[in-house]
Amino acid sequence: MAQVVAFPERKSRPMKLVCPAGTPPALKLAVDNGADDVYLGFKDETNARNFAGLNFDDKAIGDGIGYAHAKGAQVLVALNTFPQPATWRKWQSAVDRAAGLGVDAIIVADAGLLAYAAKSHPSLRLHLSVQGSATSHEAINFYHEHFGIRRAVLPRVLSVEQAEKVVSRTPVEVEVFGFGSLSIMVEGRCALSSYATGESPNTHGGCSPAKAIRWQQSPRGLESRLGGVLIDRFGEEDHPGYPTLCRGRFVVNGDTYYPFEEPTSLNTLELLPRLQAMGVAAIKIEGRQRSPVYVETVTRVWREALDDCAREPQRFRVKPAWQEALAGISEGRQCTLGAYHRPWK
Amino acid sequence: MSAAPRDTMKLALGPLLYYWPREAVLAFYRDAARWPVDTVYLGETVCSRRRELKLADWIAIGAELAAAGKEVVLSTAELIESDADLRAMHAVAGNGKFRVEANDMAAVRALAGKAPFVAGPFLNVYNAGTLWLLAELGATRWVAPVELSREGIAAVVAEAPEGIETEVFAYGRLPLAVSARCFTARYHNLTKDHCEFRCIDNPDGLAVDTQDGQHFLALNGVQTQSAAVHSLAPLLGEARAAGADLLRLSPQSRNMAEVVAVFRDAVSGDLAPRDAAARLVPLMPAAPCDGYWHGKPGILQSAPGSRT
Repeated sequence: MAQVVAFPERKSRPMKLVCPAGTPPALKLAVDNGADDVYLGFKDETNARNFAGLNFDDKAIGDGIGYAHAKGAQVLVALNTFPQPATWRKWQSAVDRAAGLGVDAIIVADAGLLAYAAKSHPSLRLHLSVQGSATSHEAINFYHEHFGIRRAVLPRVLSVEQAEKVVSRTPVEVEVFGFGSLSIMVEGRCALSSYATGESPNTHGGCSPAKAIRWQQSPRGLESRLGGVLIDRFGEEDHPGYPTLCRGRFVVNGDTYYPFEEPTSLNTLELLPRLQAMGVAAIKIEGRQRSPVYVETVTRVWREALDDCAREPQRFRVKPAWQEALAGISEGRQCTLGAYHRPWK
Repeated sequence: MSAAPRDTMKLALGPLLYYWPREAVLAFYRDAARWPVDTVYLGETVCSRRRELKLADWIAIGAELAAAGKEVVLSTAELIESDADLRAMHAVAGNGKFRVEANDMAAVRALAGKAPFVAGPFLNVYNAGTLWLLAELGATRWVAPVELSREGIAAVVAEAPEGIETEVFAYGRLPLAVSARCFTARYHNLTKDHCEFRCIDNPDGLAVDTQDGQHFLALNGVQTQSAAVHSLAPLLGEARAAGADLLRLSPQSRNMAEVVAVFRDAVSGDLAPRDAAARLVPLMPAAPCDGYWHGKPGILQSAPGSRT
């Protein structure tokens, strides 16, 4: 079980930069600023950022692929929600459309959908979504053995040491999150959003959906509600953030605090040499729901950092200018290493 | 809605999700041997740091329950992070005595082709394609994800492989999420590695209220639960019609014998749905909810015969 497989060739390979695109302008900025892979979704609940005004129709994907390929980048399509029988055909047809459009890979979470894709489109490259909750090499190898997945995205729950073991024991490329919104719960195993709103990432492709949010001025401050549930209350000095359920302030035994996590972003720039040395294949930037400016800034900074790291890993230093640029677009303007750093747990 | 047909659904006691002192756990299962439940799920599924009982203890409890005529199933953890977690999962999967509930694809891989298993609620079976795959690997029963509605369950059942059993979460605080982070330790300003096992002080979880006083969630170490108690007691006819073969009752620290008795009488038709609901309310650690069943926010309560 704990057999260690060595993949020495991986450790000399530069890590790929995987950037989000919620819109065609974001895709162009990601490609122009040096993304190796750009990931995006169709305009419906087949992907986990199903928000109004976001995502791509078939023509936009086709144009995006043309633009990306001309500049040497690849386009990945996220189909990372869980279809139910009544809507199964929509997901099935999304797989067919993605294959027909010539995307470079699809990112899938549902085992049934992976089975369909592997059978119907054997040459289509499959990535296991973070929503597939594969947190060990044995889970990743399950998906590899059954569906031939080529890459798996690790949930944001493992320490660096644990992630290293996973990478060394699977033939599948491993992609890890580098920057963006920090998921507190194991991806694919969180129903908090549907508990309050009826819609979750697994079922509807969105956490804490905008239509369930209400902002309200009250004598005790500005209140944010999700599905009617009070998530937070802000005074004059506060910076009201998006009312994601697990970033709320609640009361436990009379203490009002953030029981789950403060508004903060994941930022693993300082870990880059370590991640490269352990053979991580790709670094993912979160944020398909964010603006083109966000995509441009993050892509530019991370491209430079990855190039520095690939060139001279021993001498790699995080530049203050990078941190400044990233802080300006971070949630709550704070950053954390999250679970990579064990005391976070 | 009329009462369910006689003796059509089995009762299952889900795995104990909380951390109780060893003596309390042993006493709970000594009692459970006499309760009218058909199946008992055993084992630590939430946190690998909890050590009041070891696997050998769970197997010993299982032997006694089996001797009392119960079907015993050992459940694997809902989150695997470390090598120790993997070893623990393999020990459960290879226990050689009892059927296993797999709660992670690593566990499915360990069991596939070797032993029949239960596809647990954390495997995310939302469609028949996934269920067929698991059935081909040896699943003989599946437990629906808690957020899957009556309609969703019925639709999976309609296309399910012949003979596979369907189990639904029918009673208890809903296990909504799991994290690498321990929220009970965080509340006490401790890290997980030095948690002092404080979750042992909250036998039904630690209440999380909103700032305007709504009981919202419950912290159970790395797991987050609903504060409200999901109950299908008034909806058993619908549950049977949707295809449920087993009803999962999730252990709570008090009144569990009475909860089981109410469900037994409701399943057999001796107790009307409205009366079952009314009898359960004072036995619950918090108010009831059933929104997920209706495809609505899980927190909502809409069944008849309940307080609103």
